[in-house]
Amino acid sequence: MFQALADPTRRAMVERLGHGPASVSELARPLAMSMPAVLQHLQMLEASGLVRSEKTGRVRTCRIEPEALSLAEQWINARRIEWQRRLDRLGDYLDQPEPQGKS
Amino acid sequence: MTERNTVHAVFTIERTYAAAPARVFAAWADKEAKSRWFGSDKSAERLREMDFRVGGRERLNGLWHGDDVLVRFEAHYFDIVPNERIVYAYDMYLGDRHISVSLATVEFKSAGTGTRLVVTEQGAFLDGYDDAGSREQGTGWLLEKLGDSLEAA
Repeated sequence: MFQALADPTRRAMVERLGHGPASVSELARPLAMSMPAVLQHLQMLEASGLVRSEKTGRVRTCRIEPEALSLAEQWINARRIEWQRRLDRLGDYLDQPEPQGKS
Repeated sequence: MTERNTVHAVFTIERTYAAAPARVFAAWADKEAKSRWFGSDKSAERLREMDFRVGGRERLNGLWHGDDVLVRFEAHYFDIVPNERIVYAYDMYLGDRHISVSLATVEFKSAGTGTRLVVTEQGAFLDGYDDAGSREQGTGWLLEKLGDSLEAA
């Protein structure tokens, strides 16, 4: 699943779907790429279980599959990611020269 | 009526830094030093208080990324061994929702001339996150952080 989200285009698509279902053309509109490329990204998201789509007439509607990641897992992952970022920032801070007079 | 839901989780994150344990410890113990790396951007920060001693409290309020929801971190220090260990419990609130209660243990271990830092969090994640509004924010936030961490990798 994280592989599916490793790409900024796919993250943008998931973020858009986080606001509600959208057709493939609505998903493609803000993206500067061809329709086949968009469909390829969509295929990867569907394979990961994060997104599903269904065709009604000529319109394919996509929606997020919230069950793919339980809410608790989302929050716990978010907390872990926050810690990782925080400890990265601590590393950046420690890499700076030590303030004068404190050593 | 809110559906009550509690999920427990334990996770550990380790890092090794070139700086000596005393300097890494100081980055946690000194309010000014900690403000350099712990918390949100200065522009989003609304409150920062820190009383670093056993029994002391720390409070940090900030605005959610690009949003007007206030995130509150409220900690209580239980154990402090200079240059070696800090244990604190903390609450997290998202707006008026209580989303978690956690125990965090931070251990500073010598690694050559540097420091191996081990952070363990034991948390109870509460039903505060369990509604449509926070679900959307939670997902967005997760993705944003995930994106940042992947780009940084």
